[in-house]
Amino acid sequence: MAKYQLNVNGERREVSVDPSTPLLWVLREDLKMTGTKFGCGVSACGACTVHVAGVATRSCVLPVALLGERPVVTIEAMANDPVGRAVQDAWVERDVVQCGYCQSGQIMSAVALLKQTPKPSDVNIDESLGGNLCRCATYVRIREAVHLAAQKLK
Amino acid sequence: MAFLSGARVEARRVADKRAEGLAAWEQVYTVLTHPRCINCHTATNYPQQGDERRRHFANVVRGPDGRGVPALNCAGCHQKANADSTGVPGGPDWHLAPLSMRWQDENDRPLPSAAVCQQVTDPKRNGQMSAQALLKHNAEAELVLWAWEPGRRPDGSERATPPLTHAEFVAATRRWVEAGTPCPSVK
Amino acid sequence: MTNSKTKVEGLSSTSRRGFLRATATAAGGLLVSLYLNKHTTAQEGVKPSQLPPPPKKDFPPDAFVRVTPDNKVVIQVNRLEFGQGVHTALPLILADELDADWSQVVAELAPAADVYKDPLFGIQMVGGSGSIAHSFQQYRELGAKTRAMLVAAAAARWNVAPDKCRTEASVVRGPAGQSLKYGELAAEAARQPVPATVRLKEPSEFKLIGKQVKRLDSRAKCDGSLKFGLDLDLPGMLVAVVARPPVFGAKVKSFDDGEARKVEGVREVFEIPVTRGGTGVAVVADKYWTAKRARDLLRIEWDETSVAREDSTKLFEQYRQLARTAGLSAAARGDAKAIERVAPADLFVAEYEFPYLSHSPMEPLNTTVRFDGDAAEVWAGSQFQTFDHAAVAEVLSLKPERVTFHTEMAGGGFGRRAVPDSHVQREAASIAKRFKGTPVKLVWSREDDVRGGYYRPMHVHRVEIGVGPDGLPNAWRHVVVGQSILADTPFAMMMKDGVDSSTVEGVNDTHYWVPNFAVSVHHPKVNVPVLWWRSVGHTHSAFVMETLIEELAMRAKVDPLAYRRRLIKPEPEAKKLLAALDLMDEKSAAWRNSLPKGHAVGFACHESFGTGVACAAEVSIRNNRPWIHRVTVAVNCGLAVNPLTVESQFQAGVSFGLSQLMAGGRVTLKDGRVEQRNFDRYVPPYMPDAPVTVDVHIVPSAEAPTGCGEPPVPVLSPAVVNALSKLTGKRYRTLPLVEV
Repeated sequence: MAKYQLNVNGERREVSVDPSTPLLWVLREDLKMTGTKFGCGVSACGACTVHVAGVATRSCVLPVALLGERPVVTIEAMANDPVGRAVQDAWVERDVVQCGYCQSGQIMSAVALLKQTPKPSDVNIDESLGGNLCRCATYVRIREAVHLAAQKLK
Repeated sequence: MAFLSGARVEARRVADKRAEGLAAWEQVYTVLTHPRCINCHTATNYPQQGDERRRHFANVVRGPDGRGVPALNCAGCHQKANADSTGVPGGPDWHLAPLSMRWQDENDRPLPSAAVCQQVTDPKRNGQMSAQALLKHNAEAELVLWAWEPGRRPDGSERATPPLTHAEFVAATRRWVEAGTPCPSVK
Repeated sequence: MTNSKTKVEGLSSTSRRGFLRATATAAGGLLVSLYLNKHTTAQEGVKPSQLPPPPKKDFPPDAFVRVTPDNKVVIQVNRLEFGQGVHTALPLILADELDADWSQVVAELAPAADVYKDPLFGIQMVGGSGSIAHSFQQYRELGAKTRAMLVAAAAARWNVAPDKCRTEASVVRGPAGQSLKYGELAAEAARQPVPATVRLKEPSEFKLIGKQVKRLDSRAKCDGSLKFGLDLDLPGMLVAVVARPPVFGAKVKSFDDGEARKVEGVREVFEIPVTRGGTGVAVVADKYWTAKRARDLLRIEWDETSVAREDSTKLFEQYRQLARTAGLSAAARGDAKAIERVAPADLFVAEYEFPYLSHSPMEPLNTTVRFDGDAAEVWAGSQFQTFDHAAVAEVLSLKPERVTFHTEMAGGGFGRRAVPDSHVQREAASIAKRFKGTPVKLVWSREDDVRGGYYRPMHVHRVEIGVGPDGLPNAWRHVVVGQSILADTPFAMMMKDGVDSSTVEGVNDTHYWVPNFAVSVHHPKVNVPVLWWRSVGHTHSAFVMETLIEELAMRAKVDPLAYRRRLIKPEPEAKKLLAALDLMDEKSAAWRNSLPKGHAVGFACHESFGTGVACAAEVSIRNNRPWIHRVTVAVNCGLAVNPLTVESQFQAGVSFGLSQLMAGGRVTLKDGRVEQRNFDRYVPPYMPDAPVTVDVHIVPSAEAPTGCGEPPVPVLSPAVVNALSKLTGKRYRTLPLVEV
């Protein structure tokens, strides 16, 4: 067990966990923030995507001991972020979700993309979101929603 | 007479040195083409992973500078050190070697020794490195050193390391550099 | 409905026996109904329309809809929401008849209870794409009855005749301008007698039904606030993981938990029974990561001596041998020997192979149980509440009425959460039994799931076709080899003469009419648990039928659509499919006739679960993979209750079907062990694999609604492969597609 000071969504949080604990489980079980999802545990699906120092990061493979001082931003903060909000609104407008379990990760990835590439092409979207698995396969509507969000943010 | 035999001795010494250098290069080549190194020296827009050198999962791609693309950067999963508890290797600035430093063909087959040697010794393709810089690179660069401490796989087993120890690799590189970085002739 | 009794007695004895068995209790007091009976009756010559209506059941409105004083309308959804949109669709049906203000409607997933059982199937479940088909009428009546009671209450207050009152947007209006909100009337309305009959709306009066209605659960699924079963957090809750045997049914011989117990936070380690008579070791800890770490430190010796260690390569070899022999008859028409008289030049033989498939819903399997000694509470994203509820009660030695079973929102299912043996719930209950008063959440990791069985079975098809001078088949002998999904489950009684119709559906009941037609099936017994995977038998049957038909058309040099039209029997049952085919033809003609070089179009049409689907796919080859540019799909599902849901289901569902086309889409076994463990080797479709665009067209219809959950799945893989064949000249008969 070790103590870690985290900066999550702008708030200082302290946890006492085993150093090997992935950030995903620290968020979900120690901080009770379940918006970030567990899909595979090996970074293959993206359901656990958060932003660490602005970089879209798969929290299921990031042991808390390697986090350092880097700030963490999760899906729970997206409604208060202009890009996050635009993406969520586009998702709702295009009725993207089905089961919805992957969508926290999809949205976090889409936000990271739009923050770096405000006018993504189809190729940009397929490359940047190409590692986010959706078993319901809502991909066609995700692409549309990303374009819609980009338009709204112009 | 003494002059001629001296030249012959010199020629033989040069030839021996060249042969020694080529032998040293072949040793270096076995390391470069080991999965721990060659998996990031691809000719394609994707890295490889594992000892079987299969295409990296989750459609990760090279991106404009070998560090992935927005939302799917290498650094999004590969931290500055190995994450043994989750089975993800890591090192400082984890990224793909540029295409100029590819050691495979577009069908993921390792290039022959001569081709790799040509690339490694071509300053236009090797990041402007001199022979001494190559030696220093092999001895000290962090991502090179990583190959000998590659961490654990998700199932807890340790990743395989290259066929030479790091010390042997540096020694072979030195012998090769001292021989004038000879490359095998193209067959 | 005085005719219903007569109709029951008029049926042939076999189907009546099936019907009566629906009301007898099976294991654990279950009521199992006529699922899939459509196919068995088809064999007997009884058409589905001749089936008697289900017995009248009592669905008291107050169990389904509650109007709150602040005018919210809370509607109970009688089945799991796991992506298909029923959480929105069923409430909108009720809300329309109720004349509720849609913006005030709140949907909840109903707990396990008799009143929430599927009206046709007699168990609380979701599957068979039956939610709307079976509950459409039910939810309409519930809405109309509730409306009538609110009106009666208002009329009583105003002392006017009820038929002088109107309703709209949760308000009752009287003849003299009076108005009352539903919320103000709720208490009095609840005291009104429930009307025996009600008037339902004419379609022209629908405000929600048939309109594009956005999902109710969207926002909460986009902001991280919606809780799935895995997200449950209860005070004092513990988390459990189980080390399961590497071979199905193997047992723990011995285990050393010394290291495991040293992990801080571990509470208990003990042996529990798991599926197929096997045993495993449960680790219970304060958190998931603790439990997982501790499990990784267990040293377990397994006893594999009394179980079969299956091997995929050997199984396929056995299946290929079996496919060359006649199996149990699943369909027979005309002259069984006709195929043997076909001249070699006119005989066309094809063999297909399909591997095991994992469902891999995004949310890993989980169930939470709290055992209180004389009662218990369960939380699960269950597709099969009746079974799962009974199973937990049984393990805990409680009467079902002492067990409260909550239905949680689920992250996908595709059939994986509908398991007749309720093995996940049984594991959870066996563990929770040891921790009286403490909720225990059982979590399956992704590896546990990919290796844990309950797959879409592997299959071999062997088809011999005699082709006539007109290029049409005149004899067709078809053998299917595949494990029975129904055998050794409470559904086994639906098998007819040993035939599991879910193995041959889509073949034995095909709309393609061949005068001499024989389908037989072998159901090998294999030590791998199997289960229905979204669209079940159609996953492989549609692939076989639609690639064969297109190949036959190409051989006959006939347009593939014209060929299908000639071969589909012009009977009422085929009308739905033909209408879908025509619409798809119309909507894709323009782009089909202007394909760029290197692009080809492939077709498929298939009916499943009462819905007819036809699609055209534009494909090229890029980097040795099929690149799907466009899909035009037409669907005939009767009345589309929520066309937006239908569009979503089809746009996405066709890509779900690509799961079995992708190179990584297979589960294989070697020495009894499953070779894949996570999404690194079992690779489902990601965004780059999905078509660039999918346009969906719904055949206008006012007929009774049929399902859209499964019908999209079977069609795209055969259509893509049909296009590939045009580009490469190769035939693709083995899935997954390892190379183009």
